[in-house]
Amino acid sequence: MEEHKSISQQKCTCSTTIDEDLLYEQLDDIIELHKGKEGALIPILQSAQNLFGYLPEAALKQISRKLHKPYSEVAGVVGFYSYFSTVAKGKHTIRVCLGTACYVRGGKDVLKSLMDHLKINVSETTADRNFSLEVGRCFGACGLAPVIMVDDVVYQKVKPSKIAEILKPYIE
Amino acid sequence: MSTISVTINNIKVDVESGSTILDAAKKAGVKIPTLCHVESQIPKGACRVCMVEVEGARSLVAGCTTPATNGMVVKTNTKNVRDARKFVLELLLSEHCGDCKTCERNNDCELQALAREMGISQVTYEGDCLVSVIDDSTPALVRDSGKCIKCRRCVTVCNEVQEVGSLFPQGRGFESNIGPAFDQHLAEVPCVQCGQCSAICPVGAIIEKSHIEGVWAALDNPDKFVVVQTAPAIRAALGECFDYEPGTLVTGKMVTALRQLGFDRVFDTNFTADLTIMEEGTELLVRLKKALVDKEKVALPQFTSCSPGWINYAEYFYPEILDNISSCKSPQQMFGAVAKTYYANKVGKKPEDIIVVSVMPCTAKKFEAQRPEMNSSGVCDVDYVLTTRELGKMIKQAGIDFKNLPEGKMDSPLGQSSGAADIFANTGGVMEAAIRTAYEIVTGRELPLEGLHIQPIMGLEGVKRASLKIEGTKPEWSFLEGVELKVGVAHGLGNARRIIEMMQSGEVFHFIEVMTCPGGCIGGGGQPRFTTDEVRKKRIEAIYKEDEGKKLRKSHENPEILQIYEEFLKEPLSHLSHKLLHTHYVSKN
Repeated sequence: MEEHKSISQQKCTCSTTIDEDLLYEQLDDIIELHKGKEGALIPILQSAQNLFGYLPEAALKQISRKLHKPYSEVAGVVGFYSYFSTVAKGKHTIRVCLGTACYVRGGKDVLKSLMDHLKINVSETTADRNFSLEVGRCFGACGLAPVIMVDDVVYQKVKPSKIAEILKPYIE
Repeated sequence: MSTISVTINNIKVDVESGSTILDAAKKAGVKIPTLCHVESQIPKGACRVCMVEVEGARSLVAGCTTPATNGMVVKTNTKNVRDARKFVLELLLSEHCGDCKTCERNNDCELQALAREMGISQVTYEGDCLVSVIDDSTPALVRDSGKCIKCRRCVTVCNEVQEVGSLFPQGRGFESNIGPAFDQHLAEVPCVQCGQCSAICPVGAIIEKSHIEGVWAALDNPDKFVVVQTAPAIRAALGECFDYEPGTLVTGKMVTALRQLGFDRVFDTNFTADLTIMEEGTELLVRLKKALVDKEKVALPQFTSCSPGWINYAEYFYPEILDNISSCKSPQQMFGAVAKTYYANKVGKKPEDIIVVSVMPCTAKKFEAQRPEMNSSGVCDVDYVLTTRELGKMIKQAGIDFKNLPEGKMDSPLGQSSGAADIFANTGGVMEAAIRTAYEIVTGRELPLEGLHIQPIMGLEGVKRASLKIEGTKPEWSFLEGVELKVGVAHGLGNARRIIEMMQSGEVFHFIEVMTCPGGCIGGGGQPRFTTDEVRKKRIEAIYKEDEGKKLRKSHENPEILQIYEEFLKEPLSHLSHKLLHTHYVSKN
């Protein structure tokens, strides 16, 4: 559930052009909200990732400075949890389910087709920063297998040949 | 605090409640091995070597993290325990990448020693080894990720003792490593290069950058005049490299060993410690005069500047107090500057023909020596810096029978020193030395304290304070009449942070001594392993003994100091002093 939430929030910040300074001001507000509480670092990192779509270096340094925590510690926490990403994500995140049902019904072929189409590997972002590609382990939609999600929209019974058509609305 | 009773291997011991099984075992005289424990710090339970059996418990427990309870019955030497420890050690060894034969820590490695103790003759688990990535980016330290067993001792000292925070576990699982953020090198992060990590690492994952080969090459070069200086803390610790008890003074044997190694002159950093007192004490009096008489805005309290890790720390974390730090170079750098000018003139040598080697208890001194501004003589003032451990190695390499050496004496004129210089080696010492001289300058009388010691600033408490009422001043110092001189002393950078915070929140100090390492230089990052509080106390005791055993107890009475001012420097804070003996600091924030 956590992941779905983050996808929708990513979409919301990525689809509008927000002045970067404003984002860093909002980050300050997030830090202020949690500062002084025990275990403040992780919720701040979660909110920061929702805000920026990923965790840019400057944001991590700001968090480190304002919380008076060593940068090495902040980086250590970011590196420990696979949830956190320090790589910029594309405007749209495509997630391919490779859970059991999707896997046996051809999820892997769908993934290959996406990789060929986008010319990127899993966890990468296209050069135009329009798409990021991720894999997931079961979206809870096994009856519709194989499924992919683009942002928060689920596409069911996907065939490799349908990929171009699915992506079309997301390409400006 | 209430007492509880615990039985360890049928030995009954009473311990304070809150003690761990490891504490109780220590009290019972039972050794439980551990590779991750750091004295006085919250146990991490990272290495899992300290497994013990507790009656009634479902499985083995880690002795370091498990609190002892009243009536607890513990066994540390059952088949179950021995098998578990062996298993843990074998797993550590299976990942550990490195060859004991050629490792810097061969024979000085806790993992190797424990494997030998537990009778491990082969590693039965085959699998991936760690990848060895070498970080030799700093002048002081070398890290090898392949040898790291992830015990986190370095993380504990870097974060909790020194509060520097350069090292932290990164990533997770087999891929994890201990280091700065995002695979950065130490040189790219605020590492102060104190080397406490290298002193506490159980294996060869963090060591000092060796200058041994460079020093041998200099000694082998007939065109170079090679002089050596030894810091005050060496004489109370070098013996440990040759199985002497901690706290054995080996000053005379050390001098003979250095001569046998081939140094042309054996001098003493103590000499420039005395010189530091003349300069730094005068600087303090000048600052006080400016503040009290001339009503000028002047940075007070004055902080000491002998400890290069502390200087780094202030430059990284507290640039706002850089003006408060004495402009005096450290005794090591003062020595280099006078050896290549004053002494070079005396022996008719050019600065470039003289090689200055330092023996220091410190890794940060390697960094300090290569600071670009440290070339007052026209060339690099200090060429090589050996740690105490490296000197021990060189003496062994040369086949010198250290224990049977005759006592030698330092050469002149950079070899004589007062007892005040000796105590530069331990926390509180620089302050005491400075007050011995400053008090006498101001009042014309000797410091009226027993043994010339300032009791409140002695010992291992992290932050210490003392105040001294100045009365009966000489006419030229009458502005200090009745002034209550307030001094502070901190050792370990976490405590330095504490005292800066006290100062910034309004507590009044006139003079503050900071030493980077816990206990001061006697507990430096370059000292023989393994430094505990017990070892620190013994080394400090030895240093005070050296001080008290001297006729000369005050820096300003050292005849060689009087001579260098008369012949060369003229007076403290003179133009030449400023050129050779003083420096400046830069914010690295």
